[in-house]
Amino acid sequence: MSNKHSADQAPEQKKGSLLGWLDRRYPIVSTWNEHVGEYYAPKNFNFWYFFGSLALLVLVNQFITGIWLTMSYKPSAAEAFNSIEYIMRDVEWGWLIRYMHSTGASAFFIVIYLHMLRGLLYGSYKEPRELVWLLGMFLFLVLMAEAFMGYLLPWGQMSYWGAQVIISLFGAIPVVGPDLALWVRGDFVISDATLNRFFALHVIALPLVLLILVFMHIVALHKVGSNNPDGVEIKKYKNEAGLPIDGIPFHPYYSVKDSMGAVFFMVLFAFVVFYWPEGGGYFIEPPNFEPADPLKTPAHIAPVWYFTPFYAILRAVPDKFLGVVAMGGAIAVLFAMPWLDRCKVKSIRYRGTSYKVLLTIFVVSFVVLGYLGTQPATPELTKAAQIFTALYFAFFFLLPFTSVNEKTKPVPERVQ
Amino acid sequence: MSTKEHKSKGVDIQRRKILTGATGVVGAAGATFLAVPFVSSWQPSEKAKAAGAPVDVDVSQLQPGQMLTVSWRGKPVWVVRRTADMLGRLPGLDAQLRDPASQESIQPTYCQNPSRAINSEYLVVVGICTHLGCAPLYRPAIGSPDVGADWQGGFFCPCHGSRFDLAGRVFQSVPAPTNLEIPPHHYLSEHLIRIGEDPQKEGVA
Repeated sequence: MSNKHSADQAPEQKKGSLLGWLDRRYPIVSTWNEHVGEYYAPKNFNFWYFFGSLALLVLVNQFITGIWLTMSYKPSAAEAFNSIEYIMRDVEWGWLIRYMHSTGASAFFIVIYLHMLRGLLYGSYKEPRELVWLLGMFLFLVLMAEAFMGYLLPWGQMSYWGAQVIISLFGAIPVVGPDLALWVRGDFVISDATLNRFFALHVIALPLVLLILVFMHIVALHKVGSNNPDGVEIKKYKNEAGLPIDGIPFHPYYSVKDSMGAVFFMVLFAFVVFYWPEGGGYFIEPPNFEPADPLKTPAHIAPVWYFTPFYAILRAVPDKFLGVVAMGGAIAVLFAMPWLDRCKVKSIRYRGTSYKVLLTIFVVSFVVLGYLGTQPATPELTKAAQIFTALYFAFFFLLPFTSVNEKTKPVPERVQ
Repeated sequence: MSTKEHKSKGVDIQRRKILTGATGVVGAAGATFLAVPFVSSWQPSEKAKAAGAPVDVDVSQLQPGQMLTVSWRGKPVWVVRRTADMLGRLPGLDAQLRDPASQESIQPTYCQNPSRAINSEYLVVVGICTHLGCAPLYRPAIGSPDVGADWQGGFFCPCHGSRFDLAGRVFQSVPAPTNLEIPPHHYLSEHLIRIGEDPQKEGVA
């Protein structure tokens, strides 16, 4: 018995152990050590560093609840709406699984937006982590597509007309636009064909892409090492064993800390799922409790809250094609962050006033645009959306100029 | 130079390059052909295309000023019975419109006229906003509260605020770029309209 115990601790030496047998055929131990057991992360992670692991947790939630939903859902225009009602009323615990999935979608975006803001605060997109940022941006893009296609599946009024508006965006592209929109829909309007293909993309194709991108995002991160709130490289100072002095192994230190964060998150999540699953009409919009009617648009349509900042930008531009360009540009310009920001100092703790002001303007604009996107487009609100769209883009246009000669504070050599 | 090592082993690097290139080209061509069925399968199916069959609308019960909606190719098509008063207000709006003569908009040539109709009393129009595809609301009354006091009657899109007059013509400074689309249609009899078919085909004008 005691013999077996010690075998687990040094499997590569003990030929007789199961782990040793497996490890000679598959790199279990080295993979575990590289990414968990001996992955050294800076010891000064703060609150903002919970959101990476929380994103992974929500992804798992979406995978499991999503797989269970497909067991009762019917991807056809004739049956989709009723099958959701069936899940909500007749399937044992169906309401819980569906609310975990629909609330999970909103939770995913809350977590991801905070995760991205962390990157902007501490310069996590800067050398040598440009690829981590780019892979993350691709993840964000695919996640938006995943969420958009998922929203069509209940086949409610907002599902239908939201998809109609978004797919029509492709139609604004000169020359190929109308044919492209027709190709995406597979019909002259949103129809059964559209619903069926969105189902395929939502449950198979895009989750697969997400999974691969998450894998690459983490591999890229572990290659260059995690950034931290001080924005200093812990690999610079190593002890005799060659380990970073300011680093601690991910397991058990951050695995335990992240578990604590996960528990706290799940308490909040459960509260929303049980007591506030529609999120005040923001997580599931009221018109979506009516079946899709291709002949009647709801009086006020707005996308789900996580798309509203970009939707407000689309509406702010009084031209069909340029509106689409502005909306696409608002997302595309984020990809360029590692090259737009030319300041060597990473963390906002040691950066100059200009970056702090610009980032504040950006975050405020994003939130205000998010609010405006939920409101009807009155002339006054459209004017406001135009101002905040300009401020949103101002962040990216001014940053290359202000960041060159930014008055930064001295950056400490090691984490504080 | 890795070429040196290869050469010493008797590998003809030039030959390798040609073979790799040739395999690449053939493979790319094959992949392109293979992509055709996958890309094409997203096009509207034969069934979807067949659903574009014409629909007949009986307008004998339609009261002046009233609108009815029918579904053609899954799209809403409106038939509005316009009063003489409504038609009389149309020319006065020309200065506020983006495309008053319908030169950049989609309609059959036989409807490219001031009232955008074969019989000016009945407007037949696709009820899909030319901006992003919402179904605009019918607001025939003058000064409808949600559109404005100077409103002369027409259609208002709730999604992004586009406005159209009672001939489906778009106003200036709204997001929609062109007038509402007029579908091909013709009269089978005085009160029976066939939507989705040009008059020439039947020989009826």
